[in-house]
Amino acid sequence: MSRLCAQITGIGFWANALPSWQAARAFVATGALTSVTAAETAAETAARPQPRLLPPNERRRAPESVAVALEVALAACNDAGADPAQLPSVFASTHGDLAITDYMCATLAQDPAALSPIRFHNSVHNAAAGYWTIGNACTAATTAISAFDASFALGLVEALSQLDAGADAVLLAGYDSSATGPAATLWASHGLLGGALVLARAGAGPRLEAHLADGEAAPGTGALSIHAAGNAMAPMLPLFDALAVHAPTAILHAGPGRVLRIGLTMQGQPTR
Amino acid sequence: MSVVGLAAALRLAILPCPHRENSAIAATPPVMMPLAIRNYTATTALGRGRQAQLAALEQGRSGLQRNDFGPSGTDGQVLPTWIGRVEGLEQAALPNALSEYECRNNRLAWLALTQDDVLHDARSLGARYGSDRVAVVIGTSTSSIGATEEAYTRLERDDSDTLRFPADMRRPIVHTPHSIGRFVQAATGLRGPCMTVATACSSSAKVFAQAARLIASGQADAALVGGVDTLCGSVLYGFHSLGLVSAAPCRPFDARRDGLSLGEAGGFALLERADAAVQAPTHRSFDLLLQGYGESSDAHHMSAPHPDGLGACLAIRDALARAGITPAEIGYLNLHGTATPSNDVIEARTVASVFPDTLHASSTKGWTGHTLGAAGIVESVITLLALEHALLPGTLGSDTPEPANGPQIRFSNARAQIQHAMNTSFGFGGNNCALIFGRA
Repeated sequence: MSRLCAQITGIGFWANALPSWQAARAFVATGALTSVTAAETAAETAARPQPRLLPPNERRRAPESVAVALEVALAACNDAGADPAQLPSVFASTHGDLAITDYMCATLAQDPAALSPIRFHNSVHNAAAGYWTIGNACTAATTAISAFDASFALGLVEALSQLDAGADAVLLAGYDSSATGPAATLWASHGLLGGALVLARAGAGPRLEAHLADGEAAPGTGALSIHAAGNAMAPMLPLFDALAVHAPTAILHAGPGRVLRIGLTMQGQPTR
Repeated sequence: MSVVGLAAALRLAILPCPHRENSAIAATPPVMMPLAIRNYTATTALGRGRQAQLAALEQGRSGLQRNDFGPSGTDGQVLPTWIGRVEGLEQAALPNALSEYECRNNRLAWLALTQDDVLHDARSLGARYGSDRVAVVIGTSTSSIGATEEAYTRLERDDSDTLRFPADMRRPIVHTPHSIGRFVQAATGLRGPCMTVATACSSSAKVFAQAARLIASGQADAALVGGVDTLCGSVLYGFHSLGLVSAAPCRPFDARRDGLSLGEAGGFALLERADAAVQAPTHRSFDLLLQGYGESSDAHHMSAPHPDGLGACLAIRDALARAGITPAEIGYLNLHGTATPSNDVIEARTVASVFPDTLHASSTKGWTGHTLGAAGIVESVITLLALEHALLPGTLGSDTPEPANGPQIRFSNARAQIQHAMNTSFGFGGNNCALIFGRA
């Protein structure tokens, strides 16, 4: 079985009450949710991040799935010191934007001709990927995938395969939003969650090796896995828990009866 | 890389793509190992399977019809447009073992998968390599959201006064994008890496690129790729809201074009290492190869193409570099050619700037309609048919050339034996993909 490998040169993270990777690591270490000054609390622990990449008028109306995806993607690039314009990217989301799906279906059932053109073009699964490349003037390839509850693992496989095919570095972002309306009776996805990695052939950061195998991934038991267990992207959290505590392995669900086995080697001094 | 290939790669490095300020353009990629196309198929408004596509292309018979699909507006009428609808889906229930996946989109997937022995050949590859060594990569734009739309028209109030889906629609897997990927995985029994690619109208072109990488990186020995998209209210009224739907059959690259005709389709291809295909021939031998792919972003606008065709040019450049050939070696180009005013004029200029006048390029959306997330696979199948049968399709429905059209853009069918052919697909978000196929 062929192994895929990369250096993790940057990490981005956003969950409700954990608005950064730094906050997430502190939470894992101390159990404390972000507690900063009142002004920062309002901004950083809000229900959704404010995507700095978008012009102010688009920030507010951007779907929350796009907001969280852009937030973690940019944070990972900043952490890696990587230029977003240079990076090919992989955006992985279980459902895309559940609020827009609810809007589209409800509008179509009532008055189809009233459908908003902006909501329609924001409804594509690659909305975050599109806004990311537009906001960064990035002409590199980007893709948007879903593999249901294995979306992050398969996104990681695709990103690592791009490195294997010659890319110097690839951005991977996984994210999901909260279910609203009648669809929420089927999908119990709560809150907003995003995690992003800059994966590179070379550079400072943990060394990641991964291979697909038969097996079942146990639900995550780490602090982040428990904190954001209700979000559809929670299956990615065992990797972020492992990165936070410098654990040597993580196992991600990679489809029915399949897992992605990940080995992590910490190298040099922690940079974060 | 051969000396010839290297020289070609060097020439391609200076392919004149438009420059974008403040934007770094990556170097061209190296030549890739080609992959064998083990089998391929499509089911569209033209009919079921390869032969139906070929016959309609040869006869110049369009699959477009007056719209009789989708939710009615407040006037009680369906959207006044033309569509490429697949006949018989209403009668084509899924087998009982797959009933959890029941919906129009997965019905079309099953109908397409069971043509031309593709399902049989996919399982054979699974038996030969191990089912965990065959990847499943499927493109779509809206997957089975048509089922979710239907559920919203029949909502029920439960005891706690909460609106819920009707009982027959409480099958969560059909209300999420990976419905299609998971269905194809379940239908074939393949257990290799499985994902749904959803980059709007480039989705099922990108599946070839992603499968090629999975095979190259050793994550799979072969791959079932494809794309399935069915008509639904979201796309009919969504494109209508953007003013992009024509009330008449679409006329790609025609001066009088005024928008697209939406269609639905499913298609699949089986990819395998070319060296392995030679060692283990099957009763079907197409001698067809995937030779190159290129992917890029416009970095311009969510729903409008880059005015200079920047992303399209970059995708074409990278596909040529991976195939190790020059623009002059492309014998047929299947264009994106949606028949929207902005897409076609920009695409015509890009083609004129990149390719010699001798190229035969066309849009086949006058036959099938714009099948969105299935356009990549449908038009790859047409491109493969062009290579296999020496039939270069024209542009059905168009007769007055858009002034920007170069001599490359042809309205009439032609016959010519060709060695290499390209298919380009562009999607919302400025997501572009170009593929090169060739004869072995």
